[in-house]
Amino acid sequence: MKLSRREFLINTTVAGGGLVLGFHVPELIKAVEKTLVAGTVHTPNAWVHIADDNTVTLISARSEMGQGVYTSMPMLIAEELNIDLAKIKVVIAPPDPVYTNALLGAQITGGSTSVRDGWEKLRIGGAQVRTMLVTAAANEWKVDASQCRAENGEVFGPGGRKATYGHLAEAAAKLPVPKDVVLKDPKDFRIVGKPVHRLDTPSKVNGTAEYGIDVKLPGMVFASLEQCPVIGGKVKSFNAAKAQAMPGVIDVVEISDGVAVVASSYWQARKAREVLSIQWDEGPGAKLDTASMMAGIHAAAATAKVISIKKTGDAAAVLAGATKTVKAEYELPYLAHATMEPMNFTADFRGGKCLLIGPTQFQQGAQGAVAAALGIKPEDITLKTTFLGGGFGRRLELDFIVQAAQISRAVGKPVKLLWTREDDMGHDYYRPMALHRMAAALGADNKPTALTFQLTSQSVTQRAFGLAKDTLDPFMAEAAVAPYAIPNATHDLVIHDTGLRVGYWRSVSHALNAFANESFIDELAAVAKQDPYAYRLSLLGSQPRFANVLKLAAEKAGWGSAPPAGRSRGIALMEGYDTYMAQVAEISVEKNLIKVHRIVVVADLGRMVNPDTVEAQIHSSVVFGLSATLHDQITLKNGRVEQTNFHDYPVLRLHETPPIDVVLVASTEKPGGIGEPATALVGPAVANAVFAATGKRVRKLPLTPENIARA
Amino acid sequence: MPTNFSLNGKIVSAKSAGDTPLLWVIRDELGLNGTKFGCGIGQCGACTVHVNGAPVRSCQTPLSTVEGKKVATVESLSTNNSHPLQKAWIAHEVPQCGYCQSGQLMSAAALLTSKQNPTDAEIQEAMDGNLCRCGTYNRIRAAIKTAATEMRNQA
Repeated sequence: MKLSRREFLINTTVAGGGLVLGFHVPELIKAVEKTLVAGTVHTPNAWVHIADDNTVTLISARSEMGQGVYTSMPMLIAEELNIDLAKIKVVIAPPDPVYTNALLGAQITGGSTSVRDGWEKLRIGGAQVRTMLVTAAANEWKVDASQCRAENGEVFGPGGRKATYGHLAEAAAKLPVPKDVVLKDPKDFRIVGKPVHRLDTPSKVNGTAEYGIDVKLPGMVFASLEQCPVIGGKVKSFNAAKAQAMPGVIDVVEISDGVAVVASSYWQARKAREVLSIQWDEGPGAKLDTASMMAGIHAAAATAKVISIKKTGDAAAVLAGATKTVKAEYELPYLAHATMEPMNFTADFRGGKCLLIGPTQFQQGAQGAVAAALGIKPEDITLKTTFLGGGFGRRLELDFIVQAAQISRAVGKPVKLLWTREDDMGHDYYRPMALHRMAAALGADNKPTALTFQLTSQSVTQRAFGLAKDTLDPFMAEAAVAPYAIPNATHDLVIHDTGLRVGYWRSVSHALNAFANESFIDELAAVAKQDPYAYRLSLLGSQPRFANVLKLAAEKAGWGSAPPAGRSRGIALMEGYDTYMAQVAEISVEKNLIKVHRIVVVADLGRMVNPDTVEAQIHSSVVFGLSATLHDQITLKNGRVEQTNFHDYPVLRLHETPPIDVVLVASTEKPGGIGEPATALVGPAVANAVFAATGKRVRKLPLTPENIARA
Repeated sequence: MPTNFSLNGKIVSAKSAGDTPLLWVIRDELGLNGTKFGCGIGQCGACTVHVNGAPVRSCQTPLSTVEGKKVATVESLSTNNSHPLQKAWIAHEVPQCGYCQSGQLMSAAALLTSKQNPTDAEIQEAMDGNLCRCGTYNRIRAAIKTAATEMRNQA
């Protein structure tokens, strides 16, 4: 059974999916619109707004967190609307069912889905409006629509007639939205597939881009929130007398997650927070420490109920009777998201209505969670999304948004809540720890005849979306089944709750499963005394997209020739988010310290919208994955996260960043996602290179000198 | 007692307490939002500004220490993106989420005032204190070289 994340979420979570064509125009967007463009705004559908002054505004239903949707979403609309990108403005959509991500069943930015979800929907949206503009022109000129064509913001008709989109918009907006529109043949694309300059870049090099931290409202006050050092702990009692007496302090209020100091400036709130005296009920989380949590995972792996991911043949029987078997266990740590912009949100709750402004990946969730927390209706909440100073899954969570709203309610004023870096590191929803138990039997030809794969880890989906217990969580099974031809294979999942809250983290379970699968196939190649590249290739059978990226990566990295003196290479292969990818890492190891000299990435992601952004996303994902591969782990002692800031949770710096060579396969396949897969694959590529360099198989990330020494 | 200093060429008078980090004075009292808060302990560089031409972490710089000095933020480069570094940042499409880029640009600007033709090692030394979680480092390296070339040609 292959249960895709798409089928899963559409069937089981909030708001139904389906291809929303944008017939319905949210009232909210009209309000947002009017603040941005001059003159009357006409809204032919949910994606395009045209003002009388010919200003065209296109809607991005996805949040801009660095991945480029502020440009790529409008590109898809503009391609069919026939308008130059230089002539448009962009607005990030408010919460509305019309902006549901059909691949995730809610208005969510995540899962590398934006282009895959928008690929047809947004082009249809653009084509609808183009058709309506042409019809409006034809009606005005009393000619047949087939005699008119729309071209870069104007409609041209017979006898030299022409009219701007702005002139035609009012009439066009009154026409019925056409249900069937003909989309361009991709060979005629003029925008999509070409490297385009990002529309957000100019504002990001002169300080004018607005992030959550930059939001200002009239009469706004600032909040700093002390949360229990043990996640989940509650306030028992507190004494705010000293804090109340500090300069600028307006109020000290208790909310569900802790005690907030509210002051007329952020720094005053932050200083006063230091003198709060709070007694906590730390709750069951106070007992947590990482070693016993990992021991719990091992115990669950041996005894707990197994959920089948996939079963082919009878691997257990083949393994039991085999003469040559290989077994290995892999361990992965908790990780923090550590976005550069710490969590923050601005809320203004007065008169039963709430305005929310800030960085979120989940507009609908924010609206729902705040409505529930304040006891108001979702429609009484207006939400505006700013730029996100990084997301990586952290901003799918709603904790900081609810907190801001609760504080605003308590003080009756607009409030900007801003976390410290220490708050952020210590109160994340962490990438779960994981244990893989792998076993394989090799036949006389040294090819695998049987494989057992068992992942034991925690389910984010159970917490975040209420997935039923003992049910397969598809967000734990991504890339679990590797592409290699193995006649008998059993893939199982054990879901074990360690007691710490966990969250989706860039590439989600791909990063867990690809590390185990791609390390283990490398181990099998070593036992078989075969080249790791050739061994993989020999097991790919008739899977041309896998074989092609693997071959291209080997070629680009010079796999057949000896690496420069002192260096070694490792290779890894995966499909994720409909993207086929191979990576080669070239490294050296000195005194158990790794230096990464070069990363080669070959990606076949089908059709691309903006190839320059695709390359940037691959660079980004590799660097993000290298931080986790080389440095990062979150550990707990007495229920407290031990890491507090970038000195003890070091993320990759410039001097550690190697050249990253990207090869993009030209393809006419449907688009795949590219925001995440390279993050998952760089870990095993580097670990395999460490084996090539040292003969040591390090089965535990991060690849610190300590973990290499212990291997 | 107010603290007087020059901010992007304009004399300003800040009323915040003298021990307030310059970062929060610039952002919350003086209203320039380009300078960002990332870590609060001088580890990430998102808050980098120039004080008398030298790059400093404004989260670690008490207001009282800039009395009578010249402070420059990302807004000083240009508002119309005409500075060679801004042009190079656009040409190379450096920013992704963009949150760290004000700090990156100010570290790069300080580098290029002292080194007209920086080597890879000099770029590394000048930029290593600026974290970018989106991993834009390779494009930063390339953009600094492009900007340096333009600035040398202008000189």
